[in-house]
Amino acid sequence: MADAYIYDAVRTPRGKGKKDGSLHEITALSLATQVLQALRDRNDLDTSKVDDVILGCVSPVGEQGADIARTAVLNSGWAQTTAGVQVNRFCASGLEAVNMAAAKVKSGEADFAVGGGVEAMSRVPMGSDGGAWPVDPSSAFPTYFVPQGVSADMIASKWGFSRDDVDAYSVESHKRAARSWAEGRFKGSVIPVLDQLGLVRLDHDETIRPNTDMQTLGALNPSFAMMGEMAFDSVINQRYPEVERVNHVHTPGNSSGIVDGSAGVLIGSLEAGKALGLKPRAKIRGAASIGSEPSIMLTGPEFVANKLLGKLGMSKNDIDLWELNEAFAAVVLRFMQALDIPHDKINVCGGAIAMGHPLGATGAMITGVVLDELERSNKETALITLCIGGGMGTATVIERV
Amino acid sequence: MENFKIDVDADGIALITFDVPGRSMNTLTSGVMKEIPEWVERIKTDDAIKGAVLTSGKTSGFCAGADLGDMAGGMLAGGSLQDAYDAGWKLNGALRALETCGKPVAAAINGLALGGGLELTLACHYRVVGDSPKIQLGLPEIKVGLFPGGGGTQRLTRLVGVQAAMMAMSEGKSFRPNDAKGAGIVHEVVPVGGEVDAAKAWIKGGGKAVQPWDDKSFKLPGGGPYHPAGIQNFLVGNAMLRKQSYGNYPAVLNLMKAVYEGVQVPMDAALRIETRYFIKTLMTPQAQAMIRSLFLSKQELDKGAVRPAGQPKSDPKKVTVLGAGMMGAGIAYVQALAGIETILIDRDQEAADKGKAHVEELLKKRLSRGQIDQAKFDALLGSVTATTDYGLIKGSDLVIEAVFENREIKAEVTRRAEAQLEPGAIFGSNTSTLPITGLAEASVRPEDFIGIHFFSPVDKMMLVEVILGEKTGEAAIAKSLDYIMKIKKTPIVVNDGRGFYTSRCFGTYVAEGLAMLEEGYAPALIDNIGRMTGMPRGPLEMHDDVALDLSVKIAKQTREDLGDAYVPMAGWQIVQTMVEDLGRYGRKNGKGFYDYDTKPKKLWSGLSELAPVKINDSTPELIEDQKQRLLYRQAVEVARCWEEGVIDDPREADVGAILAWGFAPWTGGPITLIDQTGLKAFVAKADDYAARYGYRFKVPQLLRDMADQGRTFYGDFAGKQKAAA
Repeated sequence: MADAYIYDAVRTPRGKGKKDGSLHEITALSLATQVLQALRDRNDLDTSKVDDVILGCVSPVGEQGADIARTAVLNSGWAQTTAGVQVNRFCASGLEAVNMAAAKVKSGEADFAVGGGVEAMSRVPMGSDGGAWPVDPSSAFPTYFVPQGVSADMIASKWGFSRDDVDAYSVESHKRAARSWAEGRFKGSVIPVLDQLGLVRLDHDETIRPNTDMQTLGALNPSFAMMGEMAFDSVINQRYPEVERVNHVHTPGNSSGIVDGSAGVLIGSLEAGKALGLKPRAKIRGAASIGSEPSIMLTGPEFVANKLLGKLGMSKNDIDLWELNEAFAAVVLRFMQALDIPHDKINVCGGAIAMGHPLGATGAMITGVVLDELERSNKETALITLCIGGGMGTATVIERV
Repeated sequence: MENFKIDVDADGIALITFDVPGRSMNTLTSGVMKEIPEWVERIKTDDAIKGAVLTSGKTSGFCAGADLGDMAGGMLAGGSLQDAYDAGWKLNGALRALETCGKPVAAAINGLALGGGLELTLACHYRVVGDSPKIQLGLPEIKVGLFPGGGGTQRLTRLVGVQAAMMAMSEGKSFRPNDAKGAGIVHEVVPVGGEVDAAKAWIKGGGKAVQPWDDKSFKLPGGGPYHPAGIQNFLVGNAMLRKQSYGNYPAVLNLMKAVYEGVQVPMDAALRIETRYFIKTLMTPQAQAMIRSLFLSKQELDKGAVRPAGQPKSDPKKVTVLGAGMMGAGIAYVQALAGIETILIDRDQEAADKGKAHVEELLKKRLSRGQIDQAKFDALLGSVTATTDYGLIKGSDLVIEAVFENREIKAEVTRRAEAQLEPGAIFGSNTSTLPITGLAEASVRPEDFIGIHFFSPVDKMMLVEVILGEKTGEAAIAKSLDYIMKIKKTPIVVNDGRGFYTSRCFGTYVAEGLAMLEEGYAPALIDNIGRMTGMPRGPLEMHDDVALDLSVKIAKQTREDLGDAYVPMAGWQIVQTMVEDLGRYGRKNGKGFYDYDTKPKKLWSGLSELAPVKINDSTPELIEDQKQRLLYRQAVEVARCWEEGVIDDPREADVGAILAWGFAPWTGGPITLIDQTGLKAFVAKADDYAARYGYRFKVPQLLRDMADQGRTFYGDFAGKQKAAA
């Protein structure tokens, strides 16, 4: 089997996912198009050599519906011979797209493939695509479905993270994100988003608050207390009766932000790269996905990381940098606790609490972030993972070449 | 047709009068079910008929719903799934034919319409209801482990929307006529007696023969599951159902499934879906158990099934209550409501007056809810006399003592009361623990002495446990039961013994929670698992409610009484330390296993020092194992009661357990739990618990014998009844 290599990774900045966000007036198709065009232009890529474009998208309806990957390929002026497919693994869709692209290359099905994602959350709101799991009693009832925020609060309650713990994590995320921008750590990979006229609409992540502090965060109301008390606390408590009561610690300040954005990772075999004169930046060592208990939902990263390391014959000490999507602060705190990972090795450039989580794109975005950081800090390996709706985890190990 | 009469008037309107012969109330018997398609067909095909009005020939009501005795067996009698479906479809098919017959059909609802009764009217195009406070409209099937299977899940939902319909069906609450109109369930409320005329007037006025959901422009009120607003009803609705049911009631889940799947398709398909889930539910052990215990057995006990035969019927008109505390006052209140003249006696006038004031409070609640008017309020309150004068006992049919649980005090009031008691009157002791035979020693007429054990709060708790002393006579039993039936409570009759039946078995639940605590289970785990069994509260919080110091007192008394035979409860030390060293008496002083100074209450943080936590993680397997443990512990005690002769009727054991101490209703009661588990499997599992947790789980020899002989409690009981008949 061939090895799969990362040749390039680009991403848009993340715009606040509301009507007053900078990217609200830019379509999802335009975001994905600009990513594909950047991958082509930066690498002088003969797109006819790219077999497939795989884009994660979590709410694939409306303008994100009907296979937005194929639409983006056609819209970006790529060769019409390049196929496109949209995938959905909820929050890990972007990483799943990367893994699928790598798998296609490894199996020989593709010479080059793009794994990426797009989510214009200000334009196509979360949940727009419906879905049976929480709605159909046949699935909601036996799986103890609760909204993710309640799951995250249960993680904090069960493993003892206080409101101060999660807020302190958030302060650090904003600090790290601000420092990364100030030091130019992101400049090589973030492409400015252009408007309809071709003027720069946004060239930086829009939701970072460098000066946020415990006091500001402490003043925010818990986001999930009301719906929890209505019924959902009781539901998850029936699955975790060892907890007396769910402690609602998560607020908009210590949870990932709702944003618009897109990203793409160009993956190919060594031979295919050589033929086009491209230089590989990292090898994809391996990837894995798992299912975990769906009610608490967000503990999957621990299990998928262990599974993947085991498969690769690696130990956690072989990983230089960890990148775990900051869906909620408690998710990261629990992961660090379970695997005994020091804070200075994980999410070192800040994460989604500061910069936002454009659902379908995030996995591809953080792959690029950690690859840049490996290069900048001259380290070798990184493990990228995300917690996932429905109780899943997806992870990828990359290694610089 | 036997059950329906058809009269076609000069305008061509057929009046269909529902009147089941020989019954005081219309129900959907198998005969009725057979005849509905017949008159539906007649309306459809008889050209002389222009429209139809459906009404009841009974003054008691329109229709009380399905005949559960008939249905539980009947629908599943065919044996195959297809047979069951076909049987279940009969009513749905007929009602669908009715609403699509092409002629306007109106229901003239001249009395209560519940369950299948209301469903019958929902298949009519127009509903008129009489304006009477006695009329209730509702779909209460959930209370016996079922849900509406005659189109109710689909039609009510399409009339009022998912949220309102689910609330009505998952709680089984009824609507009064004007509320039903407000909710959109009926079209018109008219003065009583004018229902048929109003229904005919609607037809003559050009009433349309099309249901709203058969109109092309129909939209589900509030939206369906994938409608931006409607989705919330399901998201939150699913969670609410689990919050309320702990997943113990298949009917609740199947109801939601029928609604969710049904509203996404046209009515014909929706009804087929409803029938499938209905049959599926009817086949569950939970539905079978609940129908038997909560409906059939309870009804039998309410009608005096355990009253000694041959004793003349009595009608208590005057009853004295000794002790005007919460319990005594509660008893006085229910007596007053039943029209019994009540003498409420306490040691001083102040205490007696306080008791009467409590009666007044409860009556005021009824007054404010419009359940009684001022005149009735005055009369009922006036029927209670608060006094210290034992002389007023004269003329009482019954005296009930509800004084302190102390043998000397009880003996004294017994002597004083009996001095006033005329021949033929009886004396009842409302003790919850003290053996009746012992108390009867203070009596000069022990054949008239009996235990009449009420539960607190008396106005809400439906059960009364009658306890027989060694010398209690049959006349006293009959008179007690006549009294209990008059105050509209459900009686069970048990034999004497420490804690009788209910207190003794309930105690094991609380005690087992304490054992878990000693074993190192996290306190939250213990109480949450307790609630998840379907018990009303966890064992630790129940212990707090009962009072920890009372628990210590009872334990000491038992130790004194039993001497060397006494074996302390597991975890006993924890309670003793809490009471004697730390002054934690339970809810009553705000400090027990929980601290009560905040709302909601919080587990006491110091508990882990007395009972170090070793098990603080759960798996579904552990939860299920410990749920069963708590249920088994109680069921084993019930089996012991049976072997010792404390109880001997499975109906009393089951209904008593559910109504007295809230034994998980979905099981149908502890005896049904044993029967449905199968005696062999039950014994094997209890043996396993005994090996892990001790002698408490050791089953009586009776169960082993029954298991060996392939017997069941209800099987034996049916045989006994047959032999007697």
